[in-house]
Amino acid sequence: MPIATASQTIGPFWGLIEYPEWADLLRFGATGETMTLTGRITDGDGLPVTDAAVEIWQAAPAASEIFPAYGRSGTDLHGEFRFRTLKPEPVPGLGNFQQAPHFAVTIFARGLLKALVTRAYFDGDAMNDNDPVLCLIEDPARRKTLLARHEGADVWRMDIRLQGADETVFLDV
Amino acid sequence: MSDPVPFRPHVAGTQPAYDTPTYGSTHKRHPTQRALRIPHTVTETTGPMFSPSHYPAMPDISRFEGHMAMGERIIVEGTITDEDGRPVPNTMVEIWQANAAGRYHHERDQHDAPLDAHFSGAGRVFTDGGGRYRFVTIKPGAYPWHNHANAWRPNHIHFSCFGPGFATRLITQMYFPGDPLLALDPIFNCVPDEGARERLVARFEIGLTQPDWALGYRFDVVLRGRGATPMESPGEHH
Ligand SMILES: [Fe+2]
Repeated sequence: MPIATASQTIGPFWGLIEYPEWADLLRFGATGETMTLTGRITDGDGLPVTDAAVEIWQAAPAASEIFPAYGRSGTDLHGEFRFRTLKPEPVPGLGNFQQAPHFAVTIFARGLLKALVTRAYFDGDAMNDNDPVLCLIEDPARRKTLLARHEGADVWRMDIRLQGADETVFLDV
Repeated sequence: MSDPVPFRPHVAGTQPAYDTPTYGSTHKRHPTQRALRIPHTVTETTGPMFSPSHYPAMPDISRFEGHMAMGERIIVEGTITDEDGRPVPNTMVEIWQANAAGRYHHERDQHDAPLDAHFSGAGRVFTDGGGRYRFVTIKPGAYPWHNHANAWRPNHIHFSCFGPGFATRLITQMYFPGDPLLALDPIFNCVPDEGARERLVARFEIGLTQPDWALGYRFDVVLRGRGATPMESPGEHH
């Protein structure tokens, strides 16, 4: 039986496959409830991670010819990523559970030998209290690391700490 | 609606650890808390589909605007399958690499080696119905880095693969057979299992080699298979 190929770091020069327009999931003409997802990635010293590739995937609204449901954003000199997309909708969990609206977020960077995976939920969404993944995180402070907060207009921010006291909850998928 | 079929967990020892002290950049970037195991839902089992109309293929990066790049032209071909040997069709494969002199066409690469105006170093293809892909490129040079004294990366091509779900996403590196730098490279050696490391090394194949044109290398990629066994219960590691 073959075994899955080992991961290796994306390294510092992945910019050769960086296409900034991929961070705009509305570029093919999708319409609906639009939003911005942004955030800052910092390391164990609190310094910005300026060479990360951040990818998002959302199972709803469904991907189509005009909506890729997938985006890739580099981080800038301040460690910030930024996506334009449609606001995610609730999606089925296992059994009869519903999952609160969320993005899957994957981070690649120099110094990461394999991807870090997390999720971005929306602070204040009533469905969060019964979300099967958020409910696995007992510590409310840790749970909060997966909640994007409203910054006004249609902008939501979820900062990501790779290491340290307020480290983001990462997922083993 | 029935639950989606999850992907299998990785086989122990076949993937690197986040905390790898021999690779200095991991020091401040590896999480200290254990990742939370979650069951796969549609968020993990579905993933992006890329159509060549939006993401045009770039299968031959050995030439640019009619000019040939400097260096040893090579063909890199392989099959992308899952852990059950099933081909992964119509999936996007991205590559990027240094030029023949070991220099990336990237502002952050300050290695004192020449750039090549006819080599961008980035390609993109889609697998066919049988999971096969093929690039034409040039053999990348080794390059120094500052991880430790006199550190050099072995010749390598970066690979980005997607597969059927967001949980099959894979970024890896392809190496070349017989490279003396492999034994010294902390990134290659971060994979504990020797067999898993060896599968990162492409094979030279005379059958893929085109007479009077280019050497052929085979690099097969395996993405996670669908789970025959149910995943461990959520939160088990806590
Ligand atoms: Fe590299």
